[in-house]
Amino acid sequence: MSGSARTKTIALIGNPNTGKSSVFNALCAMNARIGNFPGVTVEKKLGRYQFAEEEVSVIDLPGTYSLSARSADEQVAVDVLLGRRADVPPLSGVVVIVDATNIQRNLYLFSQVRELGLPMILVLNMWDRAEAEGIELNVDELQKRLNLPIVTTSAHRRQGMDQLREAIRRLDDVPKTTFTEIFPSVFSEECSKLAELCKREWNQDIPWPQIRRGVLDVGGSWEQSQEQQFGNRFRDQLAAVRLRLSEAQCRVPAIETRVRYGWIREVLDGVLRQRPERTFTLSDRFDRFLTHRFFGVVFFIFVMLLVFQAIYSWYEPITGLIEGGIAWLTSLVEGAMAPGAMQSLLVDGVIGGVGAVLVFLPQIMLLFFFIAIMEDCGYMARAAFLMDKIMTRFGLSGKSFLPLMSSFACAVPGIMATRVIDQRRDRMITILIAPLMSCSARLPVYVLLVSAFVPKKVWLFGLIGTQSLVLLLMHCVGVVIAIPVALLLKKWFFPGEAAPFVMELPSFKWPSAWVIIFRVWERVKAFLQNAGTLILLTTIVIWGAGYFPGDHTALNALTMQLDELEARSVDSNSEDSVSNEELEGSNAIEPADALLARINHEKSRLIEESYLGRAGKFLEPAVRPLGWDWRIGIGAIASFPAREVIVATLGTIYSLGGDVTDTEEGSTALQTALKSATWPDGRQVYNLPVAFSIMVFFALCAQCGATLVIIKRETNSWRWPIFTFIYMTGLAYLGAFLTYQLGSLFVS
Amino acid sequence: MRSASGLHEIKVGEAARIVSIEGDDAVALRLMEMGLTDGEVIEVMGASPFGDPVEYSVRGYRLVLRRKEAERVQVERIQSQLTDRKD
Repeated sequence: MSGSARTKTIALIGNPNTGKSSVFNALCAMNARIGNFPGVTVEKKLGRYQFAEEEVSVIDLPGTYSLSARSADEQVAVDVLLGRRADVPPLSGVVVIVDATNIQRNLYLFSQVRELGLPMILVLNMWDRAEAEGIELNVDELQKRLNLPIVTTSAHRRQGMDQLREAIRRLDDVPKTTFTEIFPSVFSEECSKLAELCKREWNQDIPWPQIRRGVLDVGGSWEQSQEQQFGNRFRDQLAAVRLRLSEAQCRVPAIETRVRYGWIREVLDGVLRQRPERTFTLSDRFDRFLTHRFFGVVFFIFVMLLVFQAIYSWYEPITGLIEGGIAWLTSLVEGAMAPGAMQSLLVDGVIGGVGAVLVFLPQIMLLFFFIAIMEDCGYMARAAFLMDKIMTRFGLSGKSFLPLMSSFACAVPGIMATRVIDQRRDRMITILIAPLMSCSARLPVYVLLVSAFVPKKVWLFGLIGTQSLVLLLMHCVGVVIAIPVALLLKKWFFPGEAAPFVMELPSFKWPSAWVIIFRVWERVKAFLQNAGTLILLTTIVIWGAGYFPGDHTALNALTMQLDELEARSVDSNSEDSVSNEELEGSNAIEPADALLARINHEKSRLIEESYLGRAGKFLEPAVRPLGWDWRIGIGAIASFPAREVIVATLGTIYSLGGDVTDTEEGSTALQTALKSATWPDGRQVYNLPVAFSIMVFFALCAQCGATLVIIKRETNSWRWPIFTFIYMTGLAYLGAFLTYQLGSLFVS
Repeated sequence: MRSASGLHEIKVGEAARIVSIEGDDAVALRLMEMGLTDGEVIEVMGASPFGDPVEYSVRGYRLVLRRKEAERVQVERIQSQLTDRKD
């Protein structure tokens, strides 16, 4: 930013599906910062660009159909436009973005913004499609009638952007939108009366646009805050104003839509020559197929399977690369540094934590790649249309389906995907139940325990087996529990917030490659900026709890010895017999196997002594009713950063060395160790009820730091991740308790 | 004048003219804001495979409403003017 440059702040506003984001992206390219508006769940997108010696910062307001604020999104838009948000500088102007193929309805919001008295530019976006559809619009005449600059753009092709930048540059020259009253005179008279009353009684200077919105928005936020401050006196006066309007044939709120749509008709008369309104378009033809009773459903299932397959398994090669990189970095650090607290912090804390963050990227990118395609071409709305009936049974809406399905792969991208849900209550409930879907990180836990403790029986030539049935059952546990949870959340935490369900089906179009790239990039950036650091911190904290305060000198010495031995054996291979004799000569060095066993034993002792181990032992009385010993307790606590960690932790506790997760043999070794683990009195720790109790616990618990962090980011509050952790841990404990206690009745 | 009925009673392929929207709560206002105002013509384009919600055409765009919301829209049946577009 050069010091001499002038700066301007511009807001973009428009209906959903007008390509507003594309305009924003085309203006600011990659210079966008994504955050949250303080205190609400509304995403704040800020961008900037330079044009002709001028620095312009652009704020992309949430898509909204109206300024009559009912949702948090709309409220934020209104507050920014009225200059009521401290975190946004006063606006130099507003750019209203309108879908040129749907001008009538889009101008409704425009007519509301027009009355705020800010310098304005009208953008007719999707101009290329309007032309292709044969819509004829006399832009010059419309410009004259509205008395403001109009720019035609096709933002997804980046057409018209320089004209828009130029119009924004010349915004100061534009005469402020001259206010022409379109409402009947009785309305403005009543508004003036109310303004005078506020001035006289409470010494308030209410801006003109605010008083008008206040009268029109029944139960709106202005009305509420006024009532809180001035009580019945204000309420009665406002009610009287509305009653008088009603008697004068200007009933609020119907008057607003009637007047505005009437004005739109007048403004467009003779300017717009649209195709006949009621035509059966190519897009409609697609819709008859895509929402067809049979073909539509089949196509939907096919698309969803494709998306699920991608985030469930296609991500693996990329994740493999990331994991390979992490392993390489780890060995590099281990080679360069002596074993000790610093090395462990770097390897297990920092590098491990960075890995824990990066490991989510492939799934996030793939999921948002598909979401971006589906949203940009228009299929997303059709998918919601298809699923709506089923999802409303569970108190959700059609748009909740995709995020919940994605959560079976991983709740982190799944919760990020709830952005497609535009109703706050449905979105919140979807976020809160998404972690109950059995994600792929639970699979290692199930596999370990199922293959160790569930007797293997197959029927129907191996098509059905006990083990696979149990795996399936574990995946159903979360879904079955999620249904009552969703209904109760709706009843207890979000009562009466039912927003009307109205959804637009935008006509189909080819998705634009750079829109898709930008959307994916935007999500990745938001994830890294907001969630990455917190996930990294969680990993480091848990590392610290598992490392301290044990004395690691013995372990470090043993590790050094092992390294030395390995180095020598490499030498001995190359120099053959000579060094072999040398090796035999040095009796101080033990054979590798014995060393490894001692190292593993040390590790197991150290974790037992660590704060984590102490917590596990402290909690043993609490986990006993679940059939667990303190080892399982530690495993459950240590798996807070990520569930699958429990497999590795159990490996360490049972002195099996680090690599129990990946190799087939390692798993078997751990399974053997589990089978032979005993209580002090010699009874076996693990039996079928215990294995089920652990699995049920992990199916329902919130042992996933990244999920909680992403809930914090998406809800913009710590309240909901804490709530999620408590309710899920409670359910998990209860589930595990019942499973063990009931199971024990049958088994023993 | 023919008697008014709820929008949810209009079948796929039929058209109707909006008479009024019941109530003046948030639902009614949102419907009006979406362009469902008195006198507008609305056409039923198709239903979801499970019967609900239903797709409508109004003011040249496609709108989806659940039965619950459609019941609030009072309409009178008119002759469908749907023309097939060749493109």
